[in-house]
Amino acid sequence: MIELTVNGKQHNVDVEPEMPLLWVLRDVLDVKGPKFGCGIAQCGACTVHLNGEPVRSCSVPVSTAAGQKVLTIEGLAQRGQLHPVQKAWIDNEVPQCGYCQSGQIMAAVALLARNANPSDKDIDAAMTNICRCGTYARIRTAIHAAAKSPKSAKA
Amino acid sequence: MNDISRREFLKQSAAIGGGLTIGFGPLGAFSQNAAQKTDGVEINAWVVVRPDDGIIIRYARSEMGQGSMTSAPMLVAEELECDWRRVKVEYASANANVKRKRAWGDMASVGSRTIRNSQEYLRKGGATAREMLIAAAAKQWNVPASECTAQNSFITHGPSKRRVSYGKVADAAAKLEAPKDVKLKDPKDWKLIGKSVKRIDIPDTVMGKQRYGIDTQLDGMLYAAIAQCPVFGGKVKAMDGSKVEGRRGIVKVLSMESFVAVVADNWWRAKEALRDVHIDWDVGANGNASSASLMEFYRSGLDAKEDIAVARKDGDFDQAFAAAAKKLEAEYYTPYLAHSCLEPMGCTAVLKDGKLDVWTSTQNAEASLATAAAAAGVALENVEVHRTQLGGGFGRRGGAQDFVRQGVLIAKAMEGTPVKMLWTREEDTQHDFYRPASLIRMKAALDDSGNPTAWYSRVSATSIFSSLVHLPLKPPLAPAEGVDPQSVASIFDIPHAIPNVRVEYAQRNAYVPVGFWRTVGHSQNPFVRESFMDELAAAAGKDPFEYRRALLQKSPKDLGILEATAKAANWGSPLPAGVFRGIAETEGYGSYTCAVCELSVDKNGEVSVRRLVLGIDPGYAVNPDNIQAQMQGSAVFMLTAMFWGEITIREGRVEQSNFHDYRMMRLREMPKVEVVLAPSGGFWGGVGEPGQASIAPAVCNAIFAATGKRIRSLPLKNHGLTLA
Repeated sequence: MIELTVNGKQHNVDVEPEMPLLWVLRDVLDVKGPKFGCGIAQCGACTVHLNGEPVRSCSVPVSTAAGQKVLTIEGLAQRGQLHPVQKAWIDNEVPQCGYCQSGQIMAAVALLARNANPSDKDIDAAMTNICRCGTYARIRTAIHAAAKSPKSAKA
Repeated sequence: MNDISRREFLKQSAAIGGGLTIGFGPLGAFSQNAAQKTDGVEINAWVVVRPDDGIIIRYARSEMGQGSMTSAPMLVAEELECDWRRVKVEYASANANVKRKRAWGDMASVGSRTIRNSQEYLRKGGATAREMLIAAAAKQWNVPASECTAQNSFITHGPSKRRVSYGKVADAAAKLEAPKDVKLKDPKDWKLIGKSVKRIDIPDTVMGKQRYGIDTQLDGMLYAAIAQCPVFGGKVKAMDGSKVEGRRGIVKVLSMESFVAVVADNWWRAKEALRDVHIDWDVGANGNASSASLMEFYRSGLDAKEDIAVARKDGDFDQAFAAAAKKLEAEYYTPYLAHSCLEPMGCTAVLKDGKLDVWTSTQNAEASLATAAAAAGVALENVEVHRTQLGGGFGRRGGAQDFVRQGVLIAKAMEGTPVKMLWTREEDTQHDFYRPASLIRMKAALDDSGNPTAWYSRVSATSIFSSLVHLPLKPPLAPAEGVDPQSVASIFDIPHAIPNVRVEYAQRNAYVPVGFWRTVGHSQNPFVRESFMDELAAAAGKDPFEYRRALLQKSPKDLGILEATAKAANWGSPLPAGVFRGIAETEGYGSYTCAVCELSVDKNGEVSVRRLVLGIDPGYAVNPDNIQAQMQGSAVFMLTAMFWGEITIREGRVEQSNFHDYRMMRLREMPKVEVVLAPSGGFWGGVGEPGQASIAPAVCNAIFAATGKRIRSLPLKNHGLTLA
């Protein structure tokens, strides 16, 4: 049994230790926000936070996450309040198909948590997730907007 | 091609792609026996009114990020005169569409045609419902309907100032006969169309609640991973799954003729086990094919004297060319490209008691339904295709329904149990229906003042129409007998004033599967046409914008977007040292686009795009912010393709496999994109695809201006160039 805390809830999962965290989340725990895109940590659609750090869950064995805190897009809103990044994403109409966006949002939240007012260069360096629809310009705008929002530092 | 035949042709082209060919009567087919259960009263197929005045507008096509799930219902709401804030959108059922004689018409989201092909019947659907609601209220008040007006989901009787909400009269309205003829609003009276409306699907996406095909979860569901023959068209010769039998979670190993599937209790176990299944493939005749042998094959089409179709013939090219003092000749090549939808192909299905349920990300629910029914051997009426959001489509999930067939065949082998089949990224990259490679020979002659007197193109490429969708290459679907309209798109219908034009098509169908890739023929041919046009301008010693302008005097829409975009980009104004401009203009999908690119190229071949100005005239702009988004996205999609996109073949197999060797553009490479939205009204053009068309030639023409090097093949990485 491997113990995991996902979005504040504790789970015990009986799976192979090398099973990627992404597939434990999706197929065992029915947490569908993180998406599968490549399986080799290239696209970032599977990005979740492991103890506050963004990781590509398709390439993290579940054993690495044992006993630690996993945060997914589903756990981002607090008490019914959207996270400032989510709000900025809605205000700026960022998503197109939306498939990569839970990963993009988790990456952006992690960026703002360590850098409350990122420059364009900081955004370039941190936001390496692939968006096939091409929402990059709006992602940048939304991150700047979220940085200006008073609650963003609490990510 | 004259205007009428061109319009007719476009209409016919638009008619293809639907999975079924049942007749469609837009208003006559409405029925009160909804196969679909909704809480509320169905006024007609598009409009359901709830007792609390909530409005449900049905949406028949797909949502893959193009925004039509918002803009199509806007057209209904515009005429319905309902309160948009109370509108909910629900998918029309593909099964109900079969049972109700296609009450919702075409369900395909392909060819940028959701708005342009359904705008009239959607607006009529809204207007008809509005008239029925008004008639019901008038009847209740015993006043003439002509004294009543509708606004914001309320009907008002002018003389008495009485008001009633839609919800209160919906029951009575639904019992009335639908008016045969309704008058649609004058565009100047539109309240919703033309306003930037928030896309309805975005909040769910941002909260992680959006459900894609891959997210399907059913009780007792199993998971399947599959392997297909690495050489297209190959078959399973022998298979040995004994190594994985009895392994944890593994339920079954299936040999399915063209693929092998492992079924397990989660997908990761299925995928891992598949690696240990020994498969002996019969690769067929193409095991030695390579990119070089394919190039040779296409080259044979350029030189052939036979099996050539003439797509257009104006005047006498040969004579004009022979007589000309100044001649240009060039060869252009564009490669195979993969779609790379971020959600890999997949399909969930369950066959139970003769009924088949399918969940899949599809651009054409009717085609999925027809494919599923055929694969399972059940009647169309016994199949439902449950709709989900698509994790990208770009043409991959429309014409080819291979993934639905596979998912259903697995479900049939596992009858009674739901199975979710999902491809790996590697399967997705190596088993696509690729944007066709195309080799094109261009010739032109100039008169003494540099004006073109003769223009020739010969396109050698695989036909998507004949090899994928098996459509006859005959007019009016095709510009001429034997011509795939996509293979020659934007070349055969070149609008420039040139007296002698000859366009030929060598249909050379290779074994590599091809399909509709976003912007299809317009994803590659405008690069050829507009780059060659630039060669002509350069040979004539003329400014490339002025050169085009002079040749487009009789094509007002092309001219309009060319001038509007050039103006917005300050064409002709001084640029900083080392910065150069390029321009290109194209019509496609009923819209007109122009791109102006400003860039510099450093000594390492790093291309810095300083500014990309993209103009579009879609006629009417339904949801302007969404059009901006589509144009921005088009820039990313095309820059990705033109800098890095190339599927190559070795020993019959695709060499690329995942994003490490099939490169996608990243955020740090995103240039500044400015959109010039110039709707001139009077027509309905598409917006999902046309934005890409002018980008590659504008960028390459700017590279020529900067370096003197003419780019005649893509991708740019093969020329030592990369995006800074």
